[in-house]
Amino acid sequence: MNESRPATRAGAVAASRTDYASSGHLKAEVRGLNFFYGQRHALKNVELPIPERTVTALIGPSGCGKSTLLRCFNRMHDLYPGNRYEGEIVLQPSGVNILSPAVDPMEMRLRTGMVFQKPNPFPKSIYENVAYGLRLRFVNKRSLLEERVEAALRSAALWDEVKDRLHQSAFKLSGGQQQRLCVARALATGPEILLLDEPTSALDPIATSRIEDMIFTLKEQVTILMVTHNMEQAARVADFTAFMYLGELVERGATSQFFQNPQNELTEKYLTGSFG
Amino acid sequence: MRETREWTAFLTLAAAAVSSVFITALIVVVLLHESGSFFRAPEVSGQIWRFFVDTTWAPTSDPPRIGILPLVSATIMTTLIALVVALPIGTVVALYLSEFAPFALRETIKPSLELLSAVPTVVYGYFALTFVSPILRWLIPGLPQANMLSAGIVMGIMIIPYVSSLSEDAMRAVPMLLREGSYALGANRLMTAWKVVVPSALSGIGAAYILGISRAIGETMIVAVAAGMQPRFTFNPTAQAQTITAYIVSMSQGETPHGTMGYQSIFAAGLVLFVMTLAFNVLGFWLRRRYHQTY
Repeated sequence: MNESRPATRAGAVAASRTDYASSGHLKAEVRGLNFFYGQRHALKNVELPIPERTVTALIGPSGCGKSTLLRCFNRMHDLYPGNRYEGEIVLQPSGVNILSPAVDPMEMRLRTGMVFQKPNPFPKSIYENVAYGLRLRFVNKRSLLEERVEAALRSAALWDEVKDRLHQSAFKLSGGQQQRLCVARALATGPEILLLDEPTSALDPIATSRIEDMIFTLKEQVTILMVTHNMEQAARVADFTAFMYLGELVERGATSQFFQNPQNELTEKYLTGSFG
Repeated sequence: MRETREWTAFLTLAAAAVSSVFITALIVVVLLHESGSFFRAPEVSGQIWRFFVDTTWAPTSDPPRIGILPLVSATIMTTLIALVVALPIGTVVALYLSEFAPFALRETIKPSLELLSAVPTVVYGYFALTFVSPILRWLIPGLPQANMLSAGIVMGIMIIPYVSSLSEDAMRAVPMLLREGSYALGANRLMTAWKVVVPSALSGIGAAYILGISRAIGETMIVAVAAGMQPRFTFNPTAQAQTITAYIVSMSQGETPHGTMGYQSIFAAGLVLFVMTLAFNVLGFWLRRRYHQTY
């Protein structure tokens, strides 16, 4: 369903996008993105390619704009008045500019999944939490729901722990389990991009490593963009890492090179702990 | 010196805290004591069971008829009518103010809505009798001027701000993170409000409902003015009937001598009213604990 939908919106997309559609291995590309919270210029001319089925990590000190950038991908900023985008985030292969005013933000959110800093399960059963996004898409057939819920819980490495209590409240799960439930909830609808906003910042080390293992397997199914405040975590799970500072994207590269041989002086200072 | 100051402060504050408990206890004692004399009166003591099953309430006649059911039925009916008006409207208003209204609009509507609860209830009573009742009589031929329907409807209007204000507080206390989780999955505002915000705020909404119910049961002036003054065992909303509170008002107009059946019957009726509201408060307390969610 995801592939066919944007065609109706394609009128909003400039014809010049065809050169990106042919590149194939990119899932998305951020081009000349500026973002404003009212008067505050929070993202400055950001350029970022996101290769398909890889993990891209955004790192940088607090307030550098990494979460702001992540939240552009599903137009979360549209929920609050006074926010403004300039530039493009082009989704491939459809070539849709996510930020175009002609694109319905709800439509974009149907094609992306997001996991937040703190687990935020709904006050419903485990099963209904995962089924929530499917029901929004008018999936109501019981057998299909059950199948998709199970698949999502398996992908989030939670199935074995909850399969006997699917109809219990999600609040009875531990923090780490709740966060994996939120991942399952985001995965159930088959998103094209999974956005993770510091997904382990509220978790203990064991729960964190389970989430990291899960991310490692998940990238076979879905393109992942994650924000992390933890450089080691980026080094462990990301294929590409980008460093942001004061709203600018300073440097981006393959993770091993990025950490061993940063090109920019600022990046090097940040990695060696001189500031941040 | 400092010790004494500490102690004075402690004692003053403790006295203030204890006084409310003490006064409540005192009220219960007086209620029990006076209604005890009612139940021990020679006309009553042999047939206390009649209090709960007899369908006629005429404690001052000779011989007295002491069935409380007519007063209870009127109290239940007017309360139910009020709830049918107040709960849906109050909930929808709360949902609108919390999830849909732009900031400026909310800041205008909410205070004006809360102003509704500042209107003296006797004004509501005459509003029911002289405005709502004539309209209803035009719609329903044969309706008496005093009737439970118009009293209940107006009582419902009076309760709306209690229900909406508390429910809205509960809905607004739901963390933005939960709403964002729903939006991120592609939900619209209505879905998010209905499937995520309302279930998350359920304990607060329940508490608001319970407060509304207690308020309706205890409301006096509206029903005394607009529902009627004759005890009548009926569940017909178009009839006129006397509620417990209206009975207490009618009997306490200063001409009922101390120690008579009429005087003591006030306390027996008051005790029933007390038990009814207490039951709802306990239910509300239990609901809050049962469904309370901390974030």
